[in-house]
Amino acid sequence: MVNIIWVCLTLIGIAFAMVNGTMPEVNEAIFNGAKEAVTLCIGLISILVFWLGMMRIAEDAGLLKKLSNLFRPIVTRLFPEIPHNHPAMGYILSNMMANMFGLGNAATPLGIKAMEEMKKINGGKNEASRSMITFLAINTSSITLIPTTVIAIRMNYNSASPTDIVGPTLIATICSSIGAILIDRFYYYRRSRKG
Amino acid sequence: MGIVTAISLWFIPVLIAVILLYGTYKQVPTYESFVEGGKEGIKIAVSIIPFLVGMLVAISVFRASGALEYFMSFLKPVLEAIGVPPEIAPLAIIRPISGTAALGMTSDLMAQHGPDSYIGRLAATLQGSTDTTFYVLTVYFGAVGIKKMGDALKVGLLADLVGIIAAIVVVTIVFGY
Repeated sequence: MVNIIWVCLTLIGIAFAMVNGTMPEVNEAIFNGAKEAVTLCIGLISILVFWLGMMRIAEDAGLLKKLSNLFRPIVTRLFPEIPHNHPAMGYILSNMMANMFGLGNAATPLGIKAMEEMKKINGGKNEASRSMITFLAINTSSITLIPTTVIAIRMNYNSASPTDIVGPTLIATICSSIGAILIDRFYYYRRSRKG
Repeated sequence: MGIVTAISLWFIPVLIAVILLYGTYKQVPTYESFVEGGKEGIKIAVSIIPFLVGMLVAISVFRASGALEYFMSFLKPVLEAIGVPPEIAPLAIIRPISGTAALGMTSDLMAQHGPDSYIGRLAATLQGSTDTTFYVLTVYFGAVGIKKMGDALKVGLLADLVGIIAAIVVVTIVFGY
């Protein structure tokens, strides 16, 4: 999918340049685009290093674990098929906490573990169970407390206040998570009515 | 809307203070932990360079050739009718498909319109509030060998749509058009 979009963007652009006579601009764009990407990544280093460093302290101090205990009563309600003390619940909670704090790399292995456990609950079948769909719905709309990379990009472009989008992002992400849960429930009830 | 601005301003420093206090209280070697975690940040930043170079070159070519403007002139009336700024449309489409591609587009929009413009803020909020649905589905279902995804894709994409609408509404209310 990405492959097709990527190739199309470039080829359509080059074809347009042939017809429109914008070849000089396109030539310039190739080198400027590459240069901008590298500059951007260098700018990202500062905030990524700082934030992931902070998060490591939170993790080592057990803050993430503590938070997941706090959220346990709510989350168990979202997954009625999973027994309360099942390991799947632990993985789901830690995955959600890691996502919340922007620890994508830590979240993925935990999420895969959660999926494995849910597959066991579902008798090892190769189709998605109700809990899996709920889990993925929450994951694709995951609540982010601090959009680290976005703040870094805003800093790169000399924003007057790079963090002023934190509040709006939090509100939007909560809306999309609530939306995800409601949509997931809607499809579940539709499925179960069909039998 | 003073509250949202205040949250934006206070949130990060307060969170840092809480983490440091709690870490000290739990006798974590705070500075050493920080350094260890920070090393990972360098790895991530360097590893996304090729993704961004590829995508930003493609977008730059597409825009410089005049193709972007041409397609936008078709999309504009439709999107404006439903309240979506046409500049945001490509980002909204690519966000669920590729996170790094979306990151490239977000930074491109900020370079074009400025980070503190309506478009710049909207792009930032959109990028921060939704996730790469296709990636998440592929990785998680792929890893445990689930072949039948059921309603998962539909639910994920509809949730993205909710996120996009929410981002537009919130940014318009908080910052004004």
